[in-house]
Amino acid sequence: MLDQSAKRELPPRPGIGYKPQHFSNILQDAEPVKWLEIHAENYMGDGGRPLAQLRHLAERFPISVHGVGLSIGGEGPLNRDHLARLKHLCDWLDPASFSEHLAWSTHGAEFLNDLLPLPYTPETLSRVVDHIDEVQDHVGRRMLLENPSVYVNFTETNMGEIEFLTEIAKRTGCGLLLDVNNVYVSCTNRQTNPYDYIDRFPHNLVGEIHLGGHDEDTDDMGAPLLIDAHGSEVVDPVWQLYAHTITKSGPKPTLIEWDNDVPDWPVLAEEANRAARILDKVIA
Amino acid sequence: MSQTEFRAALLDPERPVPAGLTDPQGRPAGRRFDVYRNNVTVSLTEALRQAFPVIRKLVGEEFFTAMAREHVRAHPPTSPMMMHYGRNMPVFLENFPPVQHLGYLPDIARLELALRESYHATDAAPVPAEALQALSADVLTASRLMLAPSIRLIRSRWPIHAIWSANMRGTDAPKAAVAEDVLIARPDYDPEPHCLPDGAAPFIAALIGGETVADALEAGPEFDLIAMLGLLLATRAIVEITPGDKT
Repeated sequence: MLDQSAKRELPPRPGIGYKPQHFSNILQDAEPVKWLEIHAENYMGDGGRPLAQLRHLAERFPISVHGVGLSIGGEGPLNRDHLARLKHLCDWLDPASFSEHLAWSTHGAEFLNDLLPLPYTPETLSRVVDHIDEVQDHVGRRMLLENPSVYVNFTETNMGEIEFLTEIAKRTGCGLLLDVNNVYVSCTNRQTNPYDYIDRFPHNLVGEIHLGGHDEDTDDMGAPLLIDAHGSEVVDPVWQLYAHTITKSGPKPTLIEWDNDVPDWPVLAEEANRAARILDKVIA
Repeated sequence: MSQTEFRAALLDPERPVPAGLTDPQGRPAGRRFDVYRNNVTVSLTEALRQAFPVIRKLVGEEFFTAMAREHVRAHPPTSPMMMHYGRNMPVFLENFPPVQHLGYLPDIARLELALRESYHATDAAPVPAEALQALSADVLTASRLMLAPSIRLIRSRWPIHAIWSANMRGTDAPKAAVAEDVLIARPDYDPEPHCLPDGAAPFIAALIGGETVADALEAGPEFDLIAMLGLLLATRAIVEITPGDKT
């Protein structure tokens, strides 16, 4: 296990979704970035550069392990091999935080590589609760569960998303990861008020915030349809929603996610600076 | 609605959007569902694009994207580790009618997969060159040389190294359809393919199989052993020397 003793917690400051092309920028001068997040699945190889870079980074920064492949919302059982790989990574890295999504991506033997939606009902709730219990037992640490970006409504759904997430956290002891861009995307797509969502969210359970860019489209009726794309700057309305969020919740570790068309480091550092300025204002 | 229904419509754009998915007014989801269809296809196509840069250049971006969509439908991933996605590409290419005239494509795909495997393989410390140079000829030939976990050997009846190198390094295109064997070695973190001289591939295969140097030399036609050992040392490919029985 690596020595992460000085880095047990994510600080309530900006973090960045780590991309290998920024390795030397980060080692030179990461300001204002104080922590890094990795996608767990990219570090499940046996060796080579990815793990060597991660070892270097973990000696200098608190690391958040963010899984994208567990399929916690899946109808079928969790993939035991994948759980074992996740445990192996977490045991070695001893990350400051571990999180996953309220979504499914595995069906039978297939992995569909997208965060697919599920209806919110007492039945799906108990399935998600069982899966999170299994994950936390197996990996041996508490996880944060992230609110999704959704594009469709389910006629089956008979619980609100916040009620659903809060009940999961209550029954499993897991925390929540509040993706403010996802709130903005989902509320726009559902034609509900994102500020109302933030005001009703259980902020005491939030261990981390995500911010990212989205794409704009329209549905068949010409209504706005926002798509969580992680390929551009965070838009102004999401920054405003973020400022509203931390005014309510107090400062939280805040991640800038940029996964597609990844820009040069200064562009990411500027996004992190913008988050830092908002965090500073809340503290002052 | 079950996830089986959702999944069936996801990978088949001809299927209707599953009932039970709507817009906020309760009307059928329509284009909203297409976001998921698009995400799955685009993200898996992107994984294949990253895995096969040379195949992409050989067939062109537009053709590759269309072919990748066919591949995604025929061979969806079976693991959340995208670093392994694409293992069926060689077999897919062998059977994909539009590329039957490009007989070398499956072996180029094997080479690209092997490079990616090498990239993610377990680290291993090489033996110092002096350790090998200190051995007498007799002791050396009786020894077993363990090669690094990142070592891969690809044998082909096509000039795969020349094709790879022309597309990735800008070297001259191959002038003849000669067979080439490729050794992939990873001195530190970057795997590099090396074109092997005639006769060396059976030797390397035998070493990987755990045979002694003497037995490995019997595996194929003669080649320059000193130059071969030089390449293995230079690429930090030998990680253990096990002396043979003294008796």
